[in-house]
Amino acid sequence: MLSLLWLVPAFPLAGFLVLTLLGGRRLTHAATTWIGVGSVGLSALLTMLIGVEFLAVPPAGSVFVQTLWTWMNVGKLNLAVAFRLDSLSLTMIFVVTFVGFLIHLYSAEHMAEDEAYNRFFACMNLFVAAMLVLVLADNLALLYLGWEGVGLCSFLLIGFWYREEANCRAARKAFLVTRVGDTAFAIGLFLLYTDLGTLQIQPLLQGAAAKWGVGSGIAVAAAALLLAGAVGKSAQLPLQVWLPDAMAGPTPVSALIHAATMVTAGVYLIARMNAIFALAPAVMAVTAAIGTATLLLAGMSALVQRDIKRVLAYSTMSQVGYMFLALGAGAWSAAIFHFWTHAFFKALLFLGAGVVITAMEEDHDIFHMGGLRSRMPLAFWTFLIGAASLSALPLVTAGFYSKDKILWDVFSSPRGGAVLWAAGVAGALLTALYTFRVVFRVFFGAPSSRVTESSPLKQPGLRIAIPLLVLAVFSIGAGFVELPGTLGNIPAFSNFLMGSLPPLLVSGMPGNEVILQIVAAAAVLLGLALAYVVFLRRPDWSAKLAQSPAGDTLGKFLFSGWGFDWAYERLFIHPYVRLSQLNKADVFDRLMDRLVARPYAALARFNRNDFFDRFVGWIAEFNAAVARALRTLQSGYVRWYAAGIVMGAIILIASAVLR
Amino acid sequence: MDAVFYISGAVAVLTTAVAITRRNPAHALLYLVVSLLSVALVFFTLGAPFAAALEVIIYAGAIMVLFVFVIMILNPAGGQSAEDAPLRNWRIWIGPSLLSAILGVELIYLFTGNAAGTTGNSEVIPSQVGVTLLGPYVLGVELASILLLAALVAAYHLGRRGLPGEEENPEGGGGA
Amino acid sequence: MAQVPVEHGLILAAMLFALGLVGVLARRNLIFILLSLEVMLNAAGLAFVVAGSRWLQPDGQILFLFILAAAAAEVSIGLALVLLFQRRHPSLSVDDASGMRG
Repeated sequence: MLSLLWLVPAFPLAGFLVLTLLGGRRLTHAATTWIGVGSVGLSALLTMLIGVEFLAVPPAGSVFVQTLWTWMNVGKLNLAVAFRLDSLSLTMIFVVTFVGFLIHLYSAEHMAEDEAYNRFFACMNLFVAAMLVLVLADNLALLYLGWEGVGLCSFLLIGFWYREEANCRAARKAFLVTRVGDTAFAIGLFLLYTDLGTLQIQPLLQGAAAKWGVGSGIAVAAAALLLAGAVGKSAQLPLQVWLPDAMAGPTPVSALIHAATMVTAGVYLIARMNAIFALAPAVMAVTAAIGTATLLLAGMSALVQRDIKRVLAYSTMSQVGYMFLALGAGAWSAAIFHFWTHAFFKALLFLGAGVVITAMEEDHDIFHMGGLRSRMPLAFWTFLIGAASLSALPLVTAGFYSKDKILWDVFSSPRGGAVLWAAGVAGALLTALYTFRVVFRVFFGAPSSRVTESSPLKQPGLRIAIPLLVLAVFSIGAGFVELPGTLGNIPAFSNFLMGSLPPLLVSGMPGNEVILQIVAAAAVLLGLALAYVVFLRRPDWSAKLAQSPAGDTLGKFLFSGWGFDWAYERLFIHPYVRLSQLNKADVFDRLMDRLVARPYAALARFNRNDFFDRFVGWIAEFNAAVARALRTLQSGYVRWYAAGIVMGAIILIASAVLR
Repeated sequence: MDAVFYISGAVAVLTTAVAITRRNPAHALLYLVVSLLSVALVFFTLGAPFAAALEVIIYAGAIMVLFVFVIMILNPAGGQSAEDAPLRNWRIWIGPSLLSAILGVELIYLFTGNAAGTTGNSEVIPSQVGVTLLGPYVLGVELASILLLAALVAAYHLGRRGLPGEEENPEGGGGA
Repeated sequence: MAQVPVEHGLILAAMLFALGLVGVLARRNLIFILLSLEVMLNAAGLAFVVAGSRWLQPDGQILFLFILAAAAAEVSIGLALVLLFQRRHPSLSVDDASGMRG
């Protein structure tokens, strides 16, 4: 079964190829659905079977490498297309294929009316294939291939409805911002290859650990560059500006790419290259700082958003910030655990939001909604479960266990500390606050003027209901694979990941864990209560706050994502545009025009009637002149012809005479 | 005998020169007949009586008579030819005279190049001619007769009135 | 029989030929052209007879006979054509037959 590993990315890739080549007019709607959803479904099934076998009969060293073919063999560079299956990548591919399959199934109904149905599934399949290549890659070049592939698909899918200019701008923005990160990543690759001579991940990590000293310049440089790449892809500070605008794409796209998988590619990268990061503690500190800053910044921005998807986008930014915080503190498996649970509940939240948006006829504004819980029970209950998991509601949700693990690991790690832990707790409070703000605004309270008793609300069908329910179950149960020491001590998940990620070396005191857990849980419940009071019981308090001058400016500041877009526009975009305007007719252009273009044009004009032209023309003229001359001989007069004969005779006889 | 040759020769040249410069074709014909008769006399002095007889009978007797008939048919107005006073437009004669003079001079030069002897001192009698004619030259005789037949048929056909396709319009379709 | 140098006979023939040639080139009337043509043919025949007389062979006269036959055939057809020509153009001027100019 393990030898069928290559089929896992191959199925979606085949789906993409079939849909692209045959698609459009030659495939029926049903065929497209079967191919698009089925390819990912087959991948998911195969992944589960492979997972079962991997768990039951682990291969040697808990690693299975399948080399398919040699990609390139140039000088000393030997790259193969090879897939590596260890516990980390198994976790990743399970999430990608399983959640991906559920989202594809959801899309079959959600996007059923769309005219570019075929293109949608083609791009989604390509994305899944690229993401799988990314996480299964055995060498960094193949990983980079997948990295670029998901960037491309993100661009294609954000700008899916490309006829709206705003969507195209959002897609371009996403691509350009992540490009900054990608370039840094590429430079990091070059650095790694140049210094260590290989791009295969395991030999690379071992070589680095052996060769580089802790804190050495090259380690810091390499780690910093890799971090930059991760920051771009995962929408962390300072490259986070693209994620809120990326919500311009269809909801399943937001669910799959911008919540569950692509934005976590950065987390995967750092986790995979943990040895290099371990050699650069400064960079790890920066990672933790970035994660902390992002989670607070995004959380505050999410508090004032009106668009339900933008709230979720900032929420994703914030949660990935938690993962970065964990990575920065050295808690590798905690970060992956949070990724695991986050994928389920964030996808659930997005899919639920999609249901609500469809029912509201494409209105995203939460202030136009209200009281939907009785009208849309399925959406309400599943969304509630997702929100609870996101807020890390104690004990019953998966989110609680993963966030708790992060907080505990950050507190007790030598690279973490109390300050970071406090920030994390504050973030948890914020998370609960903004999440339940949305829940109360959308599902509770009086219906807004736009939602009357009689207006039809499109209810979800089976293909939407099943993914929602399955994800809801996972949002509750997925956390139970890792119970902390105080609550049962089943570190199954981290044990599982031990095969590929080093464990956290704890320096803190285990005894304090209960206290910290209680504090965190209290923060969450406080946030929930605050949300209940402010947004449900006394909505006028928040309205008054928003209208006060200080509150208004603060609100605008937070709404714009702390002004980063404004700053980037002035810092980078305006100068660049001005420079290219200046450059439109720059020195080189003018020089080329003077030196090359104009003389050439003059030469061509001169040459229009040159020697050869005239020679050929002269030949034609000569022929015509000769013909004209000869024509006079044909006078038509008989006597003239007779005279000609006589002259001929004279000449002939003369030649005889004069011999 | 030599004198007859030279005198006849001179008469022939003179009358030919006059014949080609006449205005009236009938006059020219008559002068030409005289010229032909003198050439016949030349033949006789050269010992070719058969040729002389043929010259008179056929050339002067048949061909010239044919010319007379045609002139009668054509009936140019008042016996005048198509051109008036050929000798008055003597400028036309410069070119042809020059060309002919050159040709004549060349021929004479050729003829007097080598000494070719003198003409014979006896006759070649008709029976000799007849024997040779129907001996080695019998093929030529047959061909000549076919030629004459062809000419007969053609002349009859061309000379008919009411040829198919013949119209009053000078630009009309071809005959024959 | 007159025993004259052959050259003189041939010179006579040449002069008659030249005169006939002048007539062909200078006259416009078709009748005169045909007439002059006959003069040229006659001159050629004279040359043959002179040559035959030189060698005392009948061949000269035989060839004269053939020339005569050819001349007769040619003049009969030529005169028929003159008749046709006169019907087509109202004149006998050969310059009217200049339609085939280049």
